[in-house]
Amino acid sequence: MASTENMALNLKIWRQKNCSSEGKLVDYRVENVSPEQSFLEMIDVLNEQLVRKGEDPIAFDHDCREGICGMCSMVIDGKAHGGFKNTTTCQVHMRLYKDGDTIVIEPFRASAFPVIKDLTVDRTSIDKVMAAGGYVSANTGNAPDGNAIPIPKPVADEAMDAAACIGCGACVASCPNGSGMLFMSAKISQLALLPQGKPEAPRRALNMVYTHDSLGFGNCSTHGECEATCPKGISIEHISRTNREYVKAAFTYHEKKNAGGAS
Amino acid sequence: MMTSAVNHYFGSSIGRKQLVAVSGLLLCGFLVSHLLGNLLLLAGPDAFNLYSYKLFALGPLLYVIEAVLALIFLVHMYLAVRITVENKRAAGKYAVKKRTGRGATLMSVTMPYTGLVLLVFLILHLINLKFGTMYTTTVDGIEMRDIYKTTMEYFANPVSVAWYCVAMFCAAFHTAHGFSSAFHTIGWNHPKYYGKIKIIGYLYAILIGGGFAFVSVWAYLRGV
Repeated sequence: MASTENMALNLKIWRQKNCSSEGKLVDYRVENVSPEQSFLEMIDVLNEQLVRKGEDPIAFDHDCREGICGMCSMVIDGKAHGGFKNTTTCQVHMRLYKDGDTIVIEPFRASAFPVIKDLTVDRTSIDKVMAAGGYVSANTGNAPDGNAIPIPKPVADEAMDAAACIGCGACVASCPNGSGMLFMSAKISQLALLPQGKPEAPRRALNMVYTHDSLGFGNCSTHGECEATCPKGISIEHISRTNREYVKAAFTYHEKKNAGGAS
Repeated sequence: MMTSAVNHYFGSSIGRKQLVAVSGLLLCGFLVSHLLGNLLLLAGPDAFNLYSYKLFALGPLLYVIEAVLALIFLVHMYLAVRITVENKRAAGKYAVKKRTGRGATLMSVTMPYTGLVLLVFLILHLINLKFGTMYTTTVDGIEMRDIYKTTMEYFANPVSVAWYCVAMFCAAFHTAHGFSSAFHTIGWNHPKYYGKIKIIGYLYAILIGGGFAFVSVWAYLRGV
């Protein structure tokens, strides 16, 4: 039930000094939490209390706090981003909780996401997958005419839906296999759908999948936890399209060594 | 960077998953033919024994078919085990149990376990029936193995029937997720038809699991 009055909460928060030390859940109590506060603001308040007491504040990732940057990353009560539909942690508000609630907060976990400190994890692996092919090597120049390249509206919409991925890694944290397939497929799918992305589609699929696999992400078992958790509602259909793109590339794409042409 | 392709396919997450998917669907096809054969039990000893006799009459071709089938089983099991081990390693270790169930189902999370039950079942099944007691009978003047008798004897034991039904329940559970998941993995997940594939997968699971279990119970009730 939505609260309207200030509340006191019991928190169990994962504290870990650094990547090589053992961590544990530590109990905290925060008083006077306003239902108007966001989840991160609630932790800010707790951190102020900790600093005043001379204790080490809780490290957590955050940036835009308006649900678009993909920095915030917490598993709240066993669910990445708190488990609210299409919501990042920063957009979770305390009115969703009630006085006396106990909330367990852990970092995003996967072997591809080592913990740096407390709730902060290293998500460089996501950037590495992106760097392996999540782009279009086009000379952008001036903005082209709006309709110079015809793209059917449904295709453009689907590409746009895939492009909504903010790379937060909630799909990996929620996946029973620690797989980065949803994140990776959003980019492969988005660019494979569009004419600008097609020339590099096979190379992109091969390189991104190769990099994904080599970074310790797991395999897809079609559980569908990722799409249920994704704050941007990315559909698992993009994984299926990626599988199509990948098999096509694996059996038809061939790059000549020392190929000619300007480079 | 990875640009040589085919050799990577068989080592990649997607390539191996697709091999598991394709081998799984082929095994689904095998189960259909096996169940149709089992239903001949209902038609009586002669029909069932003749079916078996005609299969063996294929001679060397049967060995080829069996070898291919065994290969499909081995590919499916070997890759599934490897992938499962990798997945366990890749998954995050949470201090408090992570809440799944918004996408994952009991069917999907138990795939390795139902698969393991089916492996044990497969071995016992071959020992008890295919390599079970050899009886001979004569149908239309031809001497042949009385596999009907071996089967009916096996199912006369309520423990065998119970174990058989448990295994078939696992088969239903395994294919209920596996069938549609295989299509997804191959790349055939599209809003136009994937919903229907899921329904067909559930129907397949119920018909196959239920069909085999029904034949075993029928055999038990009929007696030797």
